[in-house]
Amino acid sequence: MMQLSVNKELNGAQNGAMTPQTLAHLPQGEAGVLDRLDLPEDIARRLMELGFLPGHVIVPARSAPGGEPRVYRVDGSEVALRRETAARLILRPPSKGAAKTHKL
Amino acid sequence: MSDCHGCAGCAVAAGPPRSRKALPPHVVAIIGPPNSGKSTLFNRLTGLRQKVANFPGVTVEQRIGRARTKTDREVIMVDLPGVYSLSPRSEDEQVTRDVLAGQMKGIPKPDAVLLILDCTNLGRHLVLAAPILSLKLPTLVILNMADDLHSRGGKVDTAELASELGAPVALISAAKGDGVEKVFQFMEGTAAGTTSLAAPKVELPVLQDIPRCRQWAHQVGTGAAYQAPAPPLWTRRLDAVFLHPIAGLAIFVVVVAGVFQTIFSLAKPLMDGLQAMIQVSGQWITDTMPPSVFRSLLVDGVWHGVGSVIVFLPQILLLFLFIGILEDSGYLARAALIADRTMAKFGLQGKSFIPLLSAYACAVPAIMATRTIESKRDRLATILIAPLMTCSARLPVYTLIIAAFIPEHHLLGPLLGTQAGALLGLYVLGFVAAIGTARLLKSSILKSERTPFMLEMPPYRMPTLRSLGLRLYDRSKIFLRRAGTVILLVAVVLWLMLHLPLQNGKAPAIGDSFAGMIGHSVEPVIKPLGFNWKIGIGLISSLAAREVIVGTLGTIYSVEGTEESAGLRQALQSELTPGGAVALLIFFAFAMQCMSTIAVVRRETGGWKWPAAQFAYMTALAYVCALITNEVVRSGVLTIAARL
Repeated sequence: MMQLSVNKELNGAQNGAMTPQTLAHLPQGEAGVLDRLDLPEDIARRLMELGFLPGHVIVPARSAPGGEPRVYRVDGSEVALRRETAARLILRPPSKGAAKTHKL
Repeated sequence: MSDCHGCAGCAVAAGPPRSRKALPPHVVAIIGPPNSGKSTLFNRLTGLRQKVANFPGVTVEQRIGRARTKTDREVIMVDLPGVYSLSPRSEDEQVTRDVLAGQMKGIPKPDAVLLILDCTNLGRHLVLAAPILSLKLPTLVILNMADDLHSRGGKVDTAELASELGAPVALISAAKGDGVEKVFQFMEGTAAGTTSLAAPKVELPVLQDIPRCRQWAHQVGTGAAYQAPAPPLWTRRLDAVFLHPIAGLAIFVVVVAGVFQTIFSLAKPLMDGLQAMIQVSGQWITDTMPPSVFRSLLVDGVWHGVGSVIVFLPQILLLFLFIGILEDSGYLARAALIADRTMAKFGLQGKSFIPLLSAYACAVPAIMATRTIESKRDRLATILIAPLMTCSARLPVYTLIIAAFIPEHHLLGPLLGTQAGALLGLYVLGFVAAIGTARLLKSSILKSERTPFMLEMPPYRMPTLRSLGLRLYDRSKIFLRRAGTVILLVAVVLWLMLHLPLQNGKAPAIGDSFAGMIGHSVEPVIKPLGFNWKIGIGLISSLAAREVIVGTLGTIYSVEGTEESAGLRQALQSELTPGGAVALLIFFAFAMQCMSTIAVVRRETGGWKWPAAQFAYMTALAYVCALITNEVVRSGVLTIAARL
């Protein structure tokens, strides 16, 4: 959790007033890199166990008819999330997007 | 050695033959993340020699099985819940930790561990290896789904991985049975005590730090030349259809309607056949035995009482067959995904959908199926509303009363008559009551933040006959055991209540029997609903199971106790007013007349608090609605009579 809050400060300092892009904004098929999880610790940990770790690439895939929830490809598996949860997963700005990824 | 005592006790409880060499059984735990094929391997190793129960004091299912090594050593296998880590945040993780540490009552500390991982997703699954290996128990790391890995072009060097981890590694396919002999060889080694622990080449990470653990897994994987397979193309193609905005929705509706329709239409002939067999065999016993009190108890009490419940076995098995196919194929996760939006409107979530669908057959398996819902409050809400869905045990009651009191007319031409319409109406009523209650609960006592819905989508797989067969075998065993205990007891008690106290050495008239006395004593309470004391006896006996009322009324009116019987129908027509009849339907739609459901709710919620509250709520709802119905119908009838 400590590491996450450090990330938060860094991000805030670098982006200034710019609103960070979240996973909910990412169009289907486009890759984004996760920066931090803006969620209570227990929920954040469960998501991290499913592969939603800072630095990992996430690709939105198909959704249920009606647009929600959506399936996300992350760390070798596919996990469905509601939009409200995806909106709390903050992405890195695209420029440094391809930085650190755990590809295994 | 005290461990051996505990384990001998558990072995006796599980009913295995004593080990021939009188060695203490070797205890092996199987652990793995969800979707790693853990249950498939467990079934492969133990076959039919397994037992399902709950871990003491918690709602986590405990599966214990037995296997025998080539060296003729009895192995007790403990199947642990699917977890991603050992940090004790959920009940599942706590149980897993306790069992592995030897702190679970009734289960000896495991002598060895089988850690099963999906090797098509090794990076993520290897994370679990860190906490398991840090326990310093002899561990076999099993890389499952080897067939998928190879067919999709992935690679892993198992020898290198073994030396990285300091534990033996076996690449297997549990579904096909390839490489399972390596698992047996490992267990032979640990049972003989010849397995020694090696130190891992890569130092284990700090367990609480998930990013570090994930990095460690990456490092280990790279060291073992792991090459992830290509994405599952077939899964993506199928998802393009099953999650298509239009086709996906259509398929979903067809699947749900199909399951619903088949469990009725396909089960009907099977149930009729079973019913006929019970009738014929009951008649045969009557014919062969001399008339006696014992024969009456055996035929009227035991045979027909238990038989009326066993009749539902085909329907329940069909339901579980469908759920098994949906689950094993991977479609169930997609169905939960599609249902999520609608369920969210009632304050529930996608994972509540399957339990509620199952509740149309029977609330007991439905409540057991809520185990997949992680959110405690959502799970509780689902458990509390499931018995309001129209289960199959209500059908015999509905059919009898509708046939007796609702005249058949066309409602929508020949498509829908008044009787079928009334039945459909009762199904809708149950559903509306269920979702209304869900909203009520989720906006009051079970109010919670909308729980994040997170559901892993497993790749599609072909269900195996072996796994489906085992599921059905398991369910039949549980169901028949229930029929042989609880239901049998109720049948015997009811028979005794109807035949005692003896008057001049003979069974009394029903009105003077114990059952009759109870019926008379509750009459003042149920009179406003339009029920007399005989219906009262039926209501009390149906506390055991709803359909029991049909048999009870049959016995009371001394006519054949089947719903087809015209005799019982005529008897009811003269006994019940139209208001009372409709009120009885409404009462059965809402009341929690089912001991098995109460028992399963108590087990799943870990106490009497929730089943008691649920019973009180449903009974009150049933009483009030039946009262209103009776009044409305009665005044309606009076108005019509006055106009005439």
